[in-house]
Amino acid sequence: MSKIRVLVGTRKGAFVMTSDGNRKQWDIAGPVFGGWEVYHFKGSPVDPDWLYASQSTGWFGQLIQRSNNGGKTWDPVGNQFLYEGTPGTHLWYDGTPKPWEFKRVWDLEPSLTDPEMVYAGVEDAALFRTVDGGKSWQEVAGLRRHGSAPLWQPGGGGLCLHTIVLDRNHPERIFCAISAAGVFRSDDSGATWRPVNQGLHSEGIPDPNAEVGHCVHRIAAHPSRPDVLFMQKHWDVMRSDNGGQSWQEISGDLPSDFGFAIEVHAHEPDTVYVVPIKSDSEHYPPDGKLRVYRSRSGGNEWEPLTRGLPQSDCYVNVLRGAMAVDQLDSCGVYFGTTGGQVYASGDAGDNWAPIVRDLPAVLSVEVQTLP
Amino acid sequence: MIRVVLPAHLRKLARVNGEVKLDVEGEATQCTVLDALEERYPMLRGTIRDHVTKKRRPFVRFFACQEDLSHEAPDAALPEAVASAAEPFLIVGAMSGG
Repeated sequence: MSKIRVLVGTRKGAFVMTSDGNRKQWDIAGPVFGGWEVYHFKGSPVDPDWLYASQSTGWFGQLIQRSNNGGKTWDPVGNQFLYEGTPGTHLWYDGTPKPWEFKRVWDLEPSLTDPEMVYAGVEDAALFRTVDGGKSWQEVAGLRRHGSAPLWQPGGGGLCLHTIVLDRNHPERIFCAISAAGVFRSDDSGATWRPVNQGLHSEGIPDPNAEVGHCVHRIAAHPSRPDVLFMQKHWDVMRSDNGGQSWQEISGDLPSDFGFAIEVHAHEPDTVYVVPIKSDSEHYPPDGKLRVYRSRSGGNEWEPLTRGLPQSDCYVNVLRGAMAVDQLDSCGVYFGTTGGQVYASGDAGDNWAPIVRDLPAVLSVEVQTLP
Repeated sequence: MIRVVLPAHLRKLARVNGEVKLDVEGEATQCTVLDALEERYPMLRGTIRDHVTKKRRPFVRFFACQEDLSHEAPDAALPEAVASAAEPFLIVGAMSGG
């Protein structure tokens, strides 16, 4: 029977949760890197025993940890993220230029073909890559050399490159999402980039339809249909059917189209999950009810999924990296909250149960489906 | 020989218990002590000072002999008591967080 391994990054360490394919009984191990923020924690799709974790604190900066045995032991690898050349400036919150300065790694995206190759999305926004298992990191500098980069401005969480999407069908294609710049796409392995934000509309920026400047919170795609992208923007849930060249709003009947997380069902490319959050200043669910919303039609029509989730007095948030799916026939869906709960559904969201309730605030959730 | 006390998180990272004892070439300064520390424990690179500029991270302080040496020049000689190993060189994570 298959085994499920859930990798959870929190404000104070990482946790590994394992279960058999029934997904009823869970073993919880951790914290690993206790006391450190683990912004992201992910395994290689090539060798699932190769795990990478982004570990940081305000005191001691950034570390990258790697395990070659499924998390039994860990070794720190390279932690030097040097911007290539003279870094230049982006815009600060007050609109003045600010020199690029590395702060942390938000996203680790292991290659689809090589366990030693990993992309890292960092704050201040840039893309890095390792080809030696994390020992050394080189900037994929074409992104930050895009002509719009001096105008990029941070979102509430900082100027962070928080989402990297790789495309198995087009190995040279990379999508990156940056708050608050937008989505960028490369079709030549990162050498050159173009913004792909047409159709996004953001009232909070001087030109609501600008090419760059949108606070994209997360993007997701189904591996079998990588040209179809789904996006949770600051406000608005969006969809692109052409690799980001244009976007249409699919918020439809959601109770709020603000949120952070978005994910796609493992086997149904038009089944999408979001967690509506009340507003950008009220980072909790509407009406104190924690509801995942599922669309089976690729957007616009959404159904609330509530069974097993708190439906009163719930004021947690679900952050952008904190939702994932497994690959079992009955697709499992998982998400973590800022209140420290990790919820799992073994039936595509119809029913939910907590794996654990009292962790530190959850920053990221990834799931591995193991033989 | 120089005695160095690391904060708990960095002891764990470097997989050491208690004090670290280092042989430092030449005069004992913040810079030479940290060079020797990072040579012995490369996983500490970047956690105490910047990889390139060697500037101390803002929430890290250096104490010795009941004094805060954090703002001393990196190449200034450390107190004789540190150089002679009578006193340890303390690397401290600043009190912060609530």
